[in-house]
Amino acid sequence: MTEAASRLPVSRLGGPEVRAISRIDIGLRRRYAAERRFRAYGLAAVTIALCFLLALFGSIVGKGYTAFQQTRIAMMVDFDASIIAPDGDRSPAAVLSGNAFRFDDLIAASLQKTLELDPDDEDGLYDGLDLLSKGSAPMLRSMIAKDPSLIGTKRSVDFYATGDVDSFVKGTIRADIPESQRLIKDKHIALIDKLEKDGALHLAFNTGLFTNGASTRPEMAGVGVALVGSLYMMLVVLVLSLPLGVAGSIYLEEFAPKNRWTDLIEVNINNLAAVPSIVYGLLGLAVFINFAHLPRSASLVGGLVLTLTTLPTIIIATRAALKAVPPSIREAGLGVGASKMQTVFHHVLPLAMPGVLTGTIIGLAHALGETAPLLMIGMKAFIVEYPTTPLDPATALPTQIYMWATEPERAFTERTSAAIIVLLAFLLAMNSLAIILRRAFERRW
Amino acid sequence: MKFSTAASAIVLGLSATGTAALAAEQIHIAGSSTVLPYATIVAEAFAEANPNFKAPIVEGGGTGAGLKEFCKGVGDDTIDIADASRPIKAEELDACKAAGVTEVQEIRIGYDGIVFASDIKGPDFAYEPADWFNAIGAQVLKDGQLVDNPNAKWSDVKAGFPDWDIAAYIPGEKHGTREVFELNVLLAGCKATKAYDAFIASGLAKADAEKACAKVRKDGKAVDIDGEYNETLARIDSNKTGIGVFGLAFYENNKDKLKVATMSGISPSVETIAKGEYPVSRPLFFYVKKAHLGVVPGLKDYVEFFLADQMIGPRSPSVAKGLVPAPKSEREQVLADFQAGKTL
Repeated sequence: MTEAASRLPVSRLGGPEVRAISRIDIGLRRRYAAERRFRAYGLAAVTIALCFLLALFGSIVGKGYTAFQQTRIAMMVDFDASIIAPDGDRSPAAVLSGNAFRFDDLIAASLQKTLELDPDDEDGLYDGLDLLSKGSAPMLRSMIAKDPSLIGTKRSVDFYATGDVDSFVKGTIRADIPESQRLIKDKHIALIDKLEKDGALHLAFNTGLFTNGASTRPEMAGVGVALVGSLYMMLVVLVLSLPLGVAGSIYLEEFAPKNRWTDLIEVNINNLAAVPSIVYGLLGLAVFINFAHLPRSASLVGGLVLTLTTLPTIIIATRAALKAVPPSIREAGLGVGASKMQTVFHHVLPLAMPGVLTGTIIGLAHALGETAPLLMIGMKAFIVEYPTTPLDPATALPTQIYMWATEPERAFTERTSAAIIVLLAFLLAMNSLAIILRRAFERRW
Repeated sequence: MKFSTAASAIVLGLSATGTAALAAEQIHIAGSSTVLPYATIVAEAFAEANPNFKAPIVEGGGTGAGLKEFCKGVGDDTIDIADASRPIKAEELDACKAAGVTEVQEIRIGYDGIVFASDIKGPDFAYEPADWFNAIGAQVLKDGQLVDNPNAKWSDVKAGFPDWDIAAYIPGEKHGTREVFELNVLLAGCKATKAYDAFIASGLAKADAEKACAKVRKDGKAVDIDGEYNETLARIDSNKTGIGVFGLAFYENNKDKLKVATMSGISPSVETIAKGEYPVSRPLFFYVKKAHLGVVPGLKDYVEFFLADQMIGPRSPSVAKGLVPAPKSEREQVLADFQAGKTL
């Protein structure tokens, strides 16, 4: 003790101790530098990732935001009873049958009035009709069938402009290229300018994008059928994979004996989580369609296949959540005389619920974006009508994106990006819900 | 455990309702992605004109995949129509017959033209099939000898072509277009350059010589595009000296980005293809299961609707989308054959 005390002043004056301290200093500096470098690498990695993400979002939103607006042409339509119901029968069935061209006549008449055309100017009429969607007459027809009281009245109707006119108004088809290479000719541009000046041609929110089914005309195409199909599939996945996955993992985690068989099952579950989803698609095609004879393109089959792909994810997440519940809870439960099942269902599972829900929602979000297995079971199809049950043919959001991406028209290009935005919005909402649920139910010990 | 029993009961219940609700209510179509746009146009118009039938479901997937699905058998869970961008092969028809699809009706709907196009700002091209064979053939004739293709630039192929590195984006081997490309461009060019004779002289049998002619160089100058034409367009966007192979319809929609080349002096257009002047074109088909005609509601009406002038005639929306219409007499013959119940 005294020896050490007497040495201290010596070391202050410089001696072997000083050298030792400075050696520690050198080491410190190097370690600090290493840490700073590591931080810089980490920051750089995150920045690069963010830049890519921004570029991706930027390009998608930049290409897609225009699709949420659509060019419409408002025209006064005279719902002439003598044309629509020549025999006086105004029932929807009568409207839907009979000469289909009578609705084209209605549109032609109102276009003539809107453009103030001479009745004999047929070329002018056809040039004007070029601007209107070819689906206008069927649209008018179903509108009257839905509301026969329109017959005999006069009302302004918003017609869709064709996809090419829409692209032109939005500037994706440019006016400064030679006319022969342009899809919109000079005569059409003159008409567009005139209609725009009169206020008939205007941009409106594109509700059809969310409500319409597939169409070959970009202006009438929407993700409606795909949304419903995806919704049905998510329902099937939720109904099947949540109880199956949770029950399976509770058994494996809390009740199953630890032996070679359960080890094998555990290894298999982890392996299944890593199997490429296309394999599940092939399995679904072989088992659900070819063997069980379920209908092709049905969202039930899609849901079953996606259940298979999400089950491993849910089981792994649930088991991790159950493992995270401290053993003291189980011991206390058993200690006061609860049975094993009571302990698990009254104490362990409620505490593990935030983890289970998070795992399930992330599994669902994953399933929502899954494309490959759906291609195999016919969910990449041209489907116009809404599915009423999960057994009816439907598409899904990602397959709809895939199909639009292959269309040549400009208006489909922007719709592809718009559909991606819709899908991303759903994924974002689901992931936020997972975070909120976790925050709300989180318990700390 | 209770949960999993309940869940499996749900699965069984759902499968049971599935089998019960299986009566085919609507037409199901799958096949060639070239025919897909026309099939969807007709399906949409058919649904609009016949509100009492459900709209047909149209899938793409390719000619081969469509015919495979078609030939699985007869019944509610099989497709009714297969779209095809080439005639059905004998072995496919045999597979069909073995699976019980004994009566297949062939419907020819029109033609498809394949165009060669480059970036709009580049020079004009006028090709002969021989130029393409010399540019992308695996083995070509050089000074009377068969050698591995030495041409690196278009100017090596023919004087007058620009000094561009050869970069050709051609349809991949699973594309229906590939066969027409091989037959009407590569093989024709092979024969024109006498390379075919050289292959025969080197001891190859006729069929093997034809195969050797259709072989494409593998050194990266010819790139197979297995996806859609959009991908080919993206390649040309990024490599302005690339030449791509497109469908006529796709080119018509992207005239502001692409410049089309002539083949054997003929510019591709609906007129030149319909007249048979433009050399690179092919017929398009769909195949119908005769056994389904009375069973699936609207199937017969759909086929007849498809063959109407309003759908595939010269002024129809299909033609606006790029289909090359068949002459009127041919269309009438196809309709008459269908109505007479002619099978393959």
